[in-house]
Amino acid sequence: MTIETEPAVADPDEEALRAAVAAGPRPPRASAVSASLTFGWRALLKIKHVPEQLFDVTAFPIMFLLLFTYLFGGALAGSTGEYLQTLLPGILAMTVVFITIYTGVTLNDDIDEGVFDRFRTLPVWQPSIVVGALLGDAVRYTIASTIVVVLGLLLGFRPGGGVIGVLSAVALLLVFSFSLSWVWTALGFVMRTPESLMGVSMLILFPLTFVSNVFVDPETMPHWLEAFVDVNPFSQLVTAMRGLMHGTATAGDIGAVLFVSAVLVVVFGPVTMYLFHREN
Amino acid sequence: MTNPIQTESESAVSRHAARDRPLDTDDETGVDDTALAIETRGLVKHFGETKAVDGIDLSVPRGGIYGLLGPNGAGKTTVIRMLATLLRPDAGTARVLGHDVVSDADSVRDRVSLTGQFASVDEDLTGRENLVLLARLLGYTRGQADARATELLEAFGLTEALARQVKTYSGGMRRRLDIAASIVVTPKLLFLDEPTTGLDPRNRSQVWEIIRALVADGTTVLLTTQYLDEADRLADRIAVIDDGRIVAEGTPGELKASVGSGVLTVRVRDAERREEARRVLSRILDAPVALESDPAALSARVIETDRVPHAFVELSRSEIEVTDFALGQPSLDEVFLALTDRSVHDAVSGEVSR
Repeated sequence: MTIETEPAVADPDEEALRAAVAAGPRPPRASAVSASLTFGWRALLKIKHVPEQLFDVTAFPIMFLLLFTYLFGGALAGSTGEYLQTLLPGILAMTVVFITIYTGVTLNDDIDEGVFDRFRTLPVWQPSIVVGALLGDAVRYTIASTIVVVLGLLLGFRPGGGVIGVLSAVALLLVFSFSLSWVWTALGFVMRTPESLMGVSMLILFPLTFVSNVFVDPETMPHWLEAFVDVNPFSQLVTAMRGLMHGTATAGDIGAVLFVSAVLVVVFGPVTMYLFHREN
Repeated sequence: MTNPIQTESESAVSRHAARDRPLDTDDETGVDDTALAIETRGLVKHFGETKAVDGIDLSVPRGGIYGLLGPNGAGKTTVIRMLATLLRPDAGTARVLGHDVVSDADSVRDRVSLTGQFASVDEDLTGRENLVLLARLLGYTRGQADARATELLEAFGLTEALARQVKTYSGGMRRRLDIAASIVVTPKLLFLDEPTTGLDPRNRSQVWEIIRALVADGTTVLLTTQYLDEADRLADRIAVIDDGRIVAEGTPGELKASVGSGVLTVRVRDAERREEARRVLSRILDAPVALESDPAALSARVIETDRVPHAFVELSRSEIEVTDFALGQPSLDEVFLALTDRSVHDAVSGEVSR
């Protein structure tokens, strides 16, 4: 480390120093909700100071939507406008689900910072560190969703479910993404480097999102593949979102997504926290 | 507990009142009142095949500064991380202010604060945001958090930098912010892991001033350092750690006394005759004689001081002219090197401060 000299900064004032270090009244412990929200606030501050990190949530959705609409639209649905009606909910789900990887990557980066040690020695509900980060990510997911929906509307997407339908589809997507993020947070503690985490996440997400009902009707697939697509939770998410956006969703479609989300949190939440506390 | 919902002026009043109270009146169980600040028995931590900490027994009294002194890789940081609930010991027990670091980690976290070896603040945020963030996490309301952050920034001479991202801070400013972040709520026990490594003398003395102010207020400080003069000046008691074990423990004075009654330094006029002088001194004093970096100087640890005059007689008989000599208490450097049985360069990678 280099020796630093600093000319301009004043010496700490002795009187102020004594007053500042004097033991003050101890505030009551922050509640789990308040601690989570505060960590969420930190995530937002980081977006404010490092806005470059929003690149992925803006560029990805635009690229995906334009690429797939114009590449496949004519061939698969006869016209791009027609294709967009079924494609958009799927592309929306796909872009946001891909962005969830960054949750794990960010956390993986964060762990190596000294500040993480400080957080871990605070008397707060420990999962709030991860929950708060995920809440901050929800903002990123919302930005991506807004971009996809607005761009879609410009390109000719006409949702039959109206504003309420679109908003509830996005809300469902946020719930699913929040839940799926726990998989990456858990992996974030296992993988040594952000790069390896990225690789493994892609390996999971590519089959999950492409072998689904996003691009084509599963009935055109071989039976064994169709069987997989039907049980793929990502297909279920896309089905429910299409239904909500076009006003044809069933309680069963939505229930299935909420069930999968709950399972993800119940399984990977504790796993994440176990790994979080595990010593290296 | 003091009522948390009070105005700033009230809080300032009770903060001052708190100084006159005996320590630890807020603990319902009373266990804090009698327990040692830190008490470990047979503490062990392995990393794979490496025994980073190999059976450490510490008894750190309340109040004052306790120094953990040791070369790089001695296990100082591992000990601190276990005590601060960041690492789980493989064996042995550790109690901090009477609370077990494993089974009662939350109570420990309520009472301690850690300033790690590398800045434990968020580099992307501003100084002010860092302090407000921590104050909110510690349970302050938004308004109280803002007030506390302002108070700390002023006290630590960081007002001008409060709106800048921490990554633009100099080493000294970062360290001060780091310590400020550790005392948003004044802890009963503060862990400082090498708080002055890499700082220039002025910044070092500022950090020392902050540490002394904290101790004057009743906080116990556990400090690790590889700077011997820092331990000598600040610490009331010191444990010297090497290879994961405590090799000596006591006050700086006791440690110095344990090594021998003193050190004799001799400077000969003719550097060419130093080797000859070394043999004479070694024979008379019956102790190893070290050659100093000054080509004409030698030093020897003296166990029996009454042999010293005899040594000078012998030097004079051999017609070796002595220009300068001193017999003094060993410096902590010498104690350290004697205890850890290493050369200066092996021990502290050339970073010994003199």
